[in-house]
Amino acid sequence: MAEKILPPEELGRVDYSPPKKSWMDPKVEFRKGTFNYGAVPSSTSYLDLPFSRKWQPTDDDWQLPDNWKEIILNGLKDRLKKYRSLKVFMDICVRCGACADKCHFYIGSGDPKNMPVLRAELLRSVYRNDFTTAGKLLGKLAGGRKLTKEIIKEWFYYFYQCTECRRCSVFCPYGIDTAEITMMGRELLNLLGLDIDWITTPAANCFRTGNHLGIQPHGFKDSVEFAVDDLEEITGIRVEAPINKKGAEVLFIVPSADYFGDPHYFGFLGYLALLHEIGLDYTFSTFASEGGNFGLFHSAEMMKRLNAKMYMEAKRLGVKWILGGECGHMWRVIHQYMDTVNGPADFLEVPVSPITGTRFEHAASTKMIHIAEFTADLIKHGKLNLDKSRNDQWRVTFHDSCNPARAMGLLEEPRFILNSVCNHFYEMPENTIREQTFCCGSGAGLGTDENFEMRMRGGLPRANAVKYVQEQHDVNMLCCICAIDKATLPPLMDYWVPGIQVGALHELVGNALVMKGEKERVTDMRSNPLPGKEVTVDA
Amino acid sequence: MKLFISLLAVLVLIILPLILVANGGDSIRYLFGVIVPYVGIAVFLFGIIYRVLHWARSPVPFRIVTTCGQQRSLPWIKSSKLENPHTIWGVLGRMLLEVLCFRSLFRNTKVELHEGPKLAYGADKWLWAAGLAFHWSLLIIFLRHFKYFAEPVPYFVTVIQNLDGFFQVGLPILYITDIIVVVALTYIFLRRVFVPQVRYISLPADYFALFLLLGITISGIVVRYFFKTDIVGVKELGTGLLSFHPVVPASIGVSFFIHLFLVSCLLMYFPFSKLMHMGGVFLSPTRNLVNNSRAKRHINPWNYPVKVHTYEEYEDEFREVMRAAGLPLEKE
Ligand code: SF4
Ligand code: SF4
Repeated sequence: MAEKILPPEELGRVDYSPPKKSWMDPKVEFRKGTFNYGAVPSSTSYLDLPFSRKWQPTDDDWQLPDNWKEIILNGLKDRLKKYRSLKVFMDICVRCGACADKCHFYIGSGDPKNMPVLRAELLRSVYRNDFTTAGKLLGKLAGGRKLTKEIIKEWFYYFYQCTECRRCSVFCPYGIDTAEITMMGRELLNLLGLDIDWITTPAANCFRTGNHLGIQPHGFKDSVEFAVDDLEEITGIRVEAPINKKGAEVLFIVPSADYFGDPHYFGFLGYLALLHEIGLDYTFSTFASEGGNFGLFHSAEMMKRLNAKMYMEAKRLGVKWILGGECGHMWRVIHQYMDTVNGPADFLEVPVSPITGTRFEHAASTKMIHIAEFTADLIKHGKLNLDKSRNDQWRVTFHDSCNPARAMGLLEEPRFILNSVCNHFYEMPENTIREQTFCCGSGAGLGTDENFEMRMRGGLPRANAVKYVQEQHDVNMLCCICAIDKATLPPLMDYWVPGIQVGALHELVGNALVMKGEKERVTDMRSNPLPGKEVTVDA
Repeated sequence: MKLFISLLAVLVLIILPLILVANGGDSIRYLFGVIVPYVGIAVFLFGIIYRVLHWARSPVPFRIVTTCGQQRSLPWIKSSKLENPHTIWGVLGRMLLEVLCFRSLFRNTKVELHEGPKLAYGADKWLWAAGLAFHWSLLIIFLRHFKYFAEPVPYFVTVIQNLDGFFQVGLPILYITDIIVVVALTYIFLRRVFVPQVRYISLPADYFALFLLLGITISGIVVRYFFKTDIVGVKELGTGLLSFHPVVPASIGVSFFIHLFLVSCLLMYFPFSKLMHMGGVFLSPTRNLVNNSRAKRHINPWNYPVKVHTYEEYEDEFREVMRAAGLPLEKE
């Protein structure tokens, strides 16, 4: 924790009464703990982004280019032309407020500009002023605001206080998706060189080395070999984990945190065990060594630039189809954008599981399936020997990550797997799961130390639901299928609900999976003793 | 402040015909009875068409559905056909539920924060109920009005009217929808004024729309139940307008002109206001698309090539370390 933060009891006292001053007043205060640092020039220039410069949100002068106003208004005009969604969303909000208390940032901060409707109004007011007749004639009376530098600062503050989770869009009677408005807002800010470092630097790393963490090919190989060693220690089996192997049947792409972060890593061990056990002919790639895509949090263009590697590498290696690991925003990109921006993938085949023969028709065009879909199919066909009791140390609840839930509808697959690999699985309250799931509070590039207070605020609804099942069912494991979650839920739990571990779905699969020829397992994937296998030291 | 400006604006719209028609001659009556309504209808129709075409001119580059249920993936997992449609029929069902039943608003919850902190989410169906009651009543009232335009009165109009006046209270018979519409609008208005968050986000336009609609319904009720305007005369005006042979019978009173003028104003205001949500809901990409982006390629008409980092460039940079690590190379 980089910044000082109030104790939970105090942070949890949120005042929802709106302030005296009208929201039309754009003034914001960049308070420590509630915003993200500006991007370093080395990253922005590596990606050829405009107006690369040294800059911080706390600076008085943001060194905007002289024609900043023109850039923004033209940028907005351009996007209105390109996106029907934006145009419609700018026009039809009735300000009913149904979305207001659906946003975790509003619930956790009480700041009215974190109500999705007002977040959108920040942009909409400028739209009204410059793009509608009523706004041009009546100005403020018609809800218009003249674009000022203050407004740019306000946009920056609030468009980086939205995790693009789309919960608000579930409740809006017209399906207005504030996440899309945030995305447009961020794209506009990027035109002025107002990028944040936590998005731009990973994006630059990914562009160069193939993954957000900047791990070079030999480093990737080391990580995988390290995992193979660890897995051998746990299971007694030395698995093969091919890298850059031409002619493999399947290319397996996982988020980089899976092989470099904790607790992601235990899920990575689970993947390795599973794919070995079923004998899948697959390969990793050092070039496409990132499933995630921080470009999505920057702009549609950056998303496309980073995503291009997946198909390029699948083609180069000559695989038949692609398997994707546990990650949230990665799957948003794969499911909703990849084929459109970088397809058609006509050099690949419709994914077929060589073990069960299942043809994954729902991915007939994109040719990429989610590992939860793949594993659920294996279990359903009885291809895995599972010993649930090897997860008896865990009382599990499941966090639906925003993107798989609201941008795909991947809800039952992980639940089916969980019910097959562990004995104690408990759902959180229904308003906090599935399509109504609450964000971890740190998605969309906001998971930084400097933004810690805002993250804890935004994560309050999620944490509170976990607390409920902790109290009711003694839950001690929060399982999820998202790399950002796995990185940001542990500090969130420590802050609001101590005593909860965060784990990957495939960590639990790895624990339960009885492998042919394995030694008697005494530890789980975390190398902690299994229940009943604790070593007792004789006195 | 915002509230009063809007109230004032609507009051002006009421006083205008009141003074002018009461003191003016036939030409003024013709202006308010024929010209203004025609202009209203024309602006309404062309305005809506313009707006919808204006929206439709922008493409839908990505298939960004908001999925509210299980996807269609494996055959043995039951997918949610309406909340996460994978066929056009599913979308149709989803849209019907949205438009006819306000499905999404039905989900509405209210969050409560207790000491601890402890969050609780209660169902909050009032907005949904009021919204639904208001919109449906308005539709029925709108259809009922056909009796003033068509001779013979279409059968369905008679049926609706009979149902609406089912309780046979009062004379002229009291319509249930008249009451519902006023009650629902009043609720929506009070909610806007008294819920602090909703008041905070409200713009003058939000109040204006409510006052205008309230003005219309109340003036309609006044015309019908209190001033008992000459129905025959109104019908003569209505059928005349529809057949493009308009006449303004002398028997029509000022109160009716107020009602008619407010309706005309609404028609003119409609296409340029948030009331266009009526058209927009059909065009909202998060609701009207099939969630099949992995099964079928969605085409973005403005998809353009971008600068990417190729494998060759990558290998050129890392060849030495790759070789040392024993990783296969394209170029030795
Ligand atoms: S729910 Fe939709 S229409 Fe209502 S205020 Fe929010 S964005 Fe606007
Ligand atoms: S997308 Fe999520 S974070 Fe953004 S406004 Fe909506 S609910 Fe809030």
